Amino acid sequence: MQAPIEYYLVLSAVLFAIGVAGVVIRRDVIVILMSIELMLNAVNLTFIAFSRFMGSVEGQVIVFFVMTVAAAEAVVGLAIVISVFRFRQTLDPRDMQLLKW
Amino acid sequence: MEVGTVVFYLIALLVVASAAMVAFSHNIIYSAFSLLGTFAGVAGIYVFLGADFVAAVQLLIYVGGILVLILFAVMLTHRITDVQITNRSAGVVPGLIIVGLLFWLLYETITTTPWAKAKEIAYAATSAKIGDQFLQSYLLPFELASIVLLAALIGAVVLARKEMKG
Repeated sequence: MQAPIEYYLVLSAVLFAIGVAGVVIRRDVIVILMSIELMLNAVNLTFIAFSRFMGSVEGQVIVFFVMTVAAAEAVVGLAIVISVFRFRQTLDPRDMQLLKW
Repeated sequence: MEVGTVVFYLIALLVVASAAMVAFSHNIIYSAFSLLGTFAGVAGIYVFLGADFVAAVQLLIYVGGILVLILFAVMLTHRITDVQITNRSAGVVPGLIIVGLLFWLLYETITTTPWAKAKEIAYAATSAKIGDQFLQSYLLPFELASIVLLAALIGAVVLARKEMKG
């Protein structure tokens, strides 16, 4: 049994929409970073689905690069969050305006 | 319904429910732990799609690496007692309108596009083919990815260590 590609794409769209909702609605930097991971996972799911249905392995190769960037983004993002929290005692993105003038 | 379809729906339900917990739970500890359900469920979907190696790597990198990292960050920045207060939300209605429009756009695109019929491919191990791709056509991006990871490693250490005086 192979479910049609629309199933996977709709699941991926739902996951992506939830991730966007998390970024837009929440006011906590760590939740925003987690929601970005959700969106990256949704995109990976789309890549794998197309890779399967087109019978090519290249989509899976791209997924590895996306995972690399996701890991780097999480590491640097969380380091910045911890560093800002140490000086400002806040996780609200509205309080992080050091670079604005 | 076939067994495969039922399992697919169960995994999809797990993914969507825990993703909703991640984005909307008001306790950040619950959010962080729900991420486990999403990552593991997505790995299950990868198995459905015949991507065995990617599923294993998903478990290793996301569950073993990124999730643990996020949990560490949560524990380092939140005091367990005031998790309720620090996890606020704002601008709910306009945000939900934007998200609804985005989802509607994606859904319309997915359902109205005439996708090609799936090719019937036998399930086979994909790691050898992925390895060939990495060392042939994608050699330069592969090496660049390792440089990106090295830069992220050094950057994280520089950012997160304590500032030394003098």
